[in-house]
Amino acid sequence: MLEKMIFGRYIPGDSFIHRLDARAKLIFVFLFIMVVFIANNWITYGILLVFTFLIIRLSKIRLYFLINGLKPVVFLIIFTFLLHLIFTREGSIIFEWKFIKIYEEGLKQGIFISIRFTVLVVLTSILTLTTTPISITDALETLLNPLKKWKLPVHELALMMSISLRFIPTLMDETDKIMKAQMARGSDMTTGSMKERMNAIVPLLIPLFVSAFKRAEDLATAMEVRGYKGGEGRTRYRKLEWATRDTLIILSLVVLAAILVYFRK
Amino acid sequence: MDISLQQVSYAYAKDTPFEKRALYDVDLLIPSGSYQAIIGHTGSGKSTVLQHLNALLKPTEGVIRIGSTEVVAAKKNKKLREIRQKVGIVFQFPEHQLFDETVLKDIMFGPMNFGVPEEEARQRAIELVRLLGLPEEVMEKSPFDLSGGQMRRVAIAGVLAMNPEVLVLDEPTAGLDPRGRKEIMELFYRLHQEKGLTTVLVTHSMEDAARYADRIAIMHNGQCVLQGIPQEIFSDEDRLMDYRLELPQSIKFQKKLEEMMGKKLSTLCLTEETLAEELARLMKKEREI
Repeated sequence: MLEKMIFGRYIPGDSFIHRLDARAKLIFVFLFIMVVFIANNWITYGILLVFTFLIIRLSKIRLYFLINGLKPVVFLIIFTFLLHLIFTREGSIIFEWKFIKIYEEGLKQGIFISIRFTVLVVLTSILTLTTTPISITDALETLLNPLKKWKLPVHELALMMSISLRFIPTLMDETDKIMKAQMARGSDMTTGSMKERMNAIVPLLIPLFVSAFKRAEDLATAMEVRGYKGGEGRTRYRKLEWATRDTLIILSLVVLAAILVYFRK
Repeated sequence: MDISLQQVSYAYAKDTPFEKRALYDVDLLIPSGSYQAIIGHTGSGKSTVLQHLNALLKPTEGVIRIGSTEVVAAKKNKKLREIRQKVGIVFQFPEHQLFDETVLKDIMFGPMNFGVPEEEARQRAIELVRLLGLPEEVMEKSPFDLSGGQMRRVAIAGVLAMNPEVLVLDEPTAGLDPRGRKEIMELFYRLHQEKGLTTVLVTHSMEDAARYADRIAIMHNGQCVLQGIPQEIFSDEDRLMDYRLELPQSIKFQKKLEEMMGKKLSTLCLTEETLAEELARLMKKEREI
């Protein structure tokens, strides 16, 4: 059941998005997060959806797969939608039942926030789905490099990030394995009451933590015996290269921002 | 309790770009009370078959019958619990499943999940600690303070404590020292004989398969390519080579010897013991002549 999760996974491919420089993609996502907040009416949110759809097409990731992989987030989106729906008290009442009153503005806000959420999650997933964890880290390291002046341990941070990204699938597999072993012993975390499920989590978490710590120690030893001593003087095998298409994708974002500003209320 | 797989196919991560077919039309019958070995090269689908045996995985196509229960892809099955109690699986490196405060409590986890009263579960756990040759003082220790070999035994005890009718073993001795290996394999064999426990052994070791199993199935690229009694399976070396498998040591030795002497022994020696007996008989005969 965990095999459907798509966070932190990379799908090899050769699409336009795959070939982009990882730095461009990082900057793109970062700017996009800000651009999303420009939208504030139906037209602008519509434009955002169309733009996201275009990016999905460009990445050649199957839409069905993407939607399926985002199921875990759907709960969060629905939750925020409901919050806005119930607690916004503006505009005219469009629905009333006992103490629940739903206002027009609440419905609108709920839909907008859900779109915002979905668009952000989809685009960030596309970033990780089309970029190898290593190039993301490399990109992050180069982008943050200027901060070294202020004694920010950029290399260490990048390393930490790449290690955690690298171990997401490993830990997922491990979780799956332990879950199966405990299920075979009659513990079941997919059925039963809330309390039973909570109880069933302990036999899963403890072995998982134990093995994660063991893994961390092994990894540290393995790095040390291979002479790792931090980022100083370390050269790179893969070089990041900025091409015209990278400039183009950033420019597309500027155009998008301009359009959004033009159409917003 | 018979277990049968009919035309079972399975794909991991179905309908995603990561989809991977692991099994193709596997047919396998494991009769009640038998000792079935499943052998095959790494990645041949052995472990996938194993997880089907107590419905941890459901076939994407085909049917599995476990006792009187049928497991098919689409249906939600309410009897899964019952199946899991009757079919105990010892996974590869089972010590990774240990979690409780004390060894006893960890062993009791399985049976208590299936509704065995605490006192009875405790009795079973104590018996099993003895049966597995663990020192008595480990019972109240944390399982994480034990040695690797001891942890393995505790984990195995945790599965045996459920009193399964079928015991499924996935490389139960991987990473143990030779003596621990032998002790544990002998223990499983004893349980198989004394309690009539149906046993399924998934292994890389041709020696173990030859020594203990009364039926062997060979998996290759997700298919069950060959089934039969050990004598049959190990009589055809070329075929085994096709599946990247080898003969057990004793048979290899026998083959070399036969070649050197230009004579054939009367049976295929599946274990070192039979090999020794055969040789003794042969030498006796020669002396008489």
